[in-house]
Amino acid sequence: MGKALPTLQERGASLASAATQRRILGGVPLERSFPAALSESGLMPFRSAGLTVLQANVGKLCNQTCKHCHVDAGPDRGEVMSDEVMDAVLSVLARTRIPTLDITGGAPELHPRFRELVVGARGLGRHVIDRCNLTILTVPRFDELPEFLAENRVEVLASLPHFSEGQTDAQRGAGIYEKSIWALRRLNALGYGEEGSGLTLNLVTNPVGAFLPARQAALEKDWRLELEQRHGVRFNNLFTITNMPIGRYLEYLMETGNLDRYMGRLVNAYNEDAAASPMCRYTLSVGWDGLLHDCDFNQMLELPVSATAPQTIQDFDEALLSTREIVLGPHCYGCTAGQGSSCGGATAD
Amino acid sequence: MSDSYYLSGDLPKFGEIGEHAPELASKFFSWYNAVFEEGALSEREKALIALAVSHAVQCPYCIDAYTEACLEKGSDPEQMTEAVHVAVAIRGGASLVHGVQMKNHLKTLGM
Repeated sequence: MGKALPTLQERGASLASAATQRRILGGVPLERSFPAALSESGLMPFRSAGLTVLQANVGKLCNQTCKHCHVDAGPDRGEVMSDEVMDAVLSVLARTRIPTLDITGGAPELHPRFRELVVGARGLGRHVIDRCNLTILTVPRFDELPEFLAENRVEVLASLPHFSEGQTDAQRGAGIYEKSIWALRRLNALGYGEEGSGLTLNLVTNPVGAFLPARQAALEKDWRLELEQRHGVRFNNLFTITNMPIGRYLEYLMETGNLDRYMGRLVNAYNEDAAASPMCRYTLSVGWDGLLHDCDFNQMLELPVSATAPQTIQDFDEALLSTREIVLGPHCYGCTAGQGSSCGGATAD
Repeated sequence: MSDSYYLSGDLPKFGEIGEHAPELASKFFSWYNAVFEEGALSEREKALIALAVSHAVQCPYCIDAYTEACLEKGSDPEQMTEAVHVAVAIRGGASLVHGVQMKNHLKTLGM
């Protein structure tokens, strides 16, 4: 992967359009469609199995422009969650027992009401996850953010594609690795990643290129050793996430001539066990604009939840949403390949 | 008949080698897969060894397959390149050490 580029939107690229992305993905020849694969596994109709995670994407604004970003997030993106939508998110948490609020972006910490959202959800006794790009912790006005996260017992889910500098910077931009290690040490100093501290620091790795992630348990062993030896950095768990052929990663696949091969790889690696319990069956994803989706990937492809369910967070109805049929596409193979992939890492052995 | 050897599209056909000897192929692939399972060595370490050996035996199919396997097992390009150098060092060393044979024969023939 070469030098970091501005967002697709800033470049006026045709792939900035979700409709264009859906059309391209729909045109890739596959051995069998994803619904056909689920059907052969006896998993159709494919429905939500209940809501255990409310994932709020609070906006596309980010201080980085990583090459694999399915959101096409970046410093130029102005889409951020409105007060009305954020209030509705907190209201839904207050009215339900959904145990986890998973906050993502962009860099979610850049949202002016990020802390209010965290405090509100924690006040309701919910587990809160911050999907953190780490470098945000090096921005001067976020000096005290690690202390805030620790005080509120927020789980930090931090992105680090590799324990080596070259691989990390190839995906996330020059100088990102050094800043990320600094941020990890800062979190460690507060007790994050330390056994018994109650402060969870999980790392997320996406492959740096057009291939599938390694076996999560084996990789975690290597990472623990390498990060400890190289930098004295500790963490709780390593999650592997398969790159989704969406947004800037789709652009990378197309530009390198890898799209068909990669999609074929995902299809060939279809794992029935992973298909039985992907995150969409337990998650509801709400966008910055309040629209509801089955996952963050469907959100970026502008695929709303089934028409039989409410379409916005303001119209939330747990009974309808927790039994909704999941909206499927060829990209769904990304969550069922190999050990499976979800926002919490692998889903199968 | 193809006008070229080593077509990348042939690699996925490897399994078809069992067409005329299915039992032998089945035994081979079963053993092959077992070799690469995690044991005293990790899957990642085994993939790096395979990558190095692929270069030593100069098999383009193996090089493609184990480049991808190394990445998928979590190795980075620096580790992979070092593994290739190990193979090259052994190949080079194996040639050079035959120089001793040359020297022995020189002694026989020389004055």
